[in-house]
Amino acid sequence: MNLLTDLFLTFAKIGAFTFGGGYAMISFIEDICVKKKKWITHEEMMNITIIAESTPGPVAVNCSTFVGYKQAGIKGALSATLGMVLPSFVIIFIISLFLNNFLENEIVAKAFKGIKIAVGILILSVGINMIRKMKKNRLSLSIMSISCIAMLIINIFSVNFSSVVLMLMAGIASLIIFSVSGKIKEENK
Amino acid sequence: MILLDLFLGFLKVGCFSFGGAYGAVPLIREVVMKYGWMNDDEIAYMVAVSESTPGPIMINLATFTGSSEAGIIGALIATFAVVLPSFIVIILLTIALKNLLKNKYTQAAMNGLTASVIGIISATGIYMILSNTGINASVGFDMKALILTVVLSAVMFGYKPLTKKNLSPFVFIIVSAVCGILIF
Repeated sequence: MNLLTDLFLTFAKIGAFTFGGGYAMISFIEDICVKKKKWITHEEMMNITIIAESTPGPVAVNCSTFVGYKQAGIKGALSATLGMVLPSFVIIFIISLFLNNFLENEIVAKAFKGIKIAVGILILSVGINMIRKMKKNRLSLSIMSISCIAMLIINIFSVNFSSVVLMLMAGIASLIIFSVSGKIKEENK
Repeated sequence: MILLDLFLGFLKVGCFSFGGAYGAVPLIREVVMKYGWMNDDEIAYMVAVSESTPGPIMINLATFTGSSEAGIIGALIATFAVVLPSFIVIILLTIALKNLLKNKYTQAAMNGLTASVIGIISATGIYMILSNTGINASVGFDMKALILTVVLSAVMFGYKPLTKKNLSPFVFIIVSAVCGILIF
């Protein structure tokens, strides 16, 4: 298969299954783009997750653009992103035309209740998988735990605090600690 | 002109919606209310529809608004506008990042960001599981949901050790939808 077609179809398939936002999608990216097609490495996937979180726009679009661009330049980025967008475009367009009572449909509601549970578990498994593969040292483990606890508190008490700010604070803290500890090492020499 | 408004309105959403789906909702709300495209009830309904259909919420909302305001052309323009900023930003960043990532200071910052995003993702998963089963929320405890959570978790985390194969997330989603139809 032509690479552009492959990118288009792969991301169309991912786009058709991404319920519940970008985090659940990471498990699809890992399954297909990292393990099966070997388009990107786990580390690149981590980088794109961070970039996707700290740049505007849907995480899904960020990921498809990145993977497509890496494989086949601008054309690849276009194919992958078009594929990603197409399923939700078609589905929502049809709903907007015909289905005013889409949510009242009992089967849709029940299926979605099941999917919602699966999405929570998928996201947790993404987290666990990333923890398994991360470079573990005292600093990274403490940043990880603090972020996790802070995010839980933010969610449970519906605190108005963006996860982007939390991430940026972690990045800055890590940069400062790195610079300071680097200086201390130099002074000790 | 409605098409230009749709383009500019959703371009703004695409440019400024940080932090994933739910971070985007307040901004989308502001834009669609400003132009009078939707009222609060319609927005709430569309957010619920977006949640139960695949695809990014921003794209769903852009397609829906565009379609109801100006048919298929409107849907295409709004969707294009919402995707455009992140498409451009990512391509520029991918080019810039190649060299940037070799810098040790960038790496230090990236290490912190990585650790933090892992914590945030894990917390999101835990929170979603808690709220689906109603353990933490006012909705009340849901026994069926808890049973399905336990069963699906066993499948998710037991599949690889038992079969030595990776569980396809596609299969996992389909199985969960079927289970939902059967038990709820």
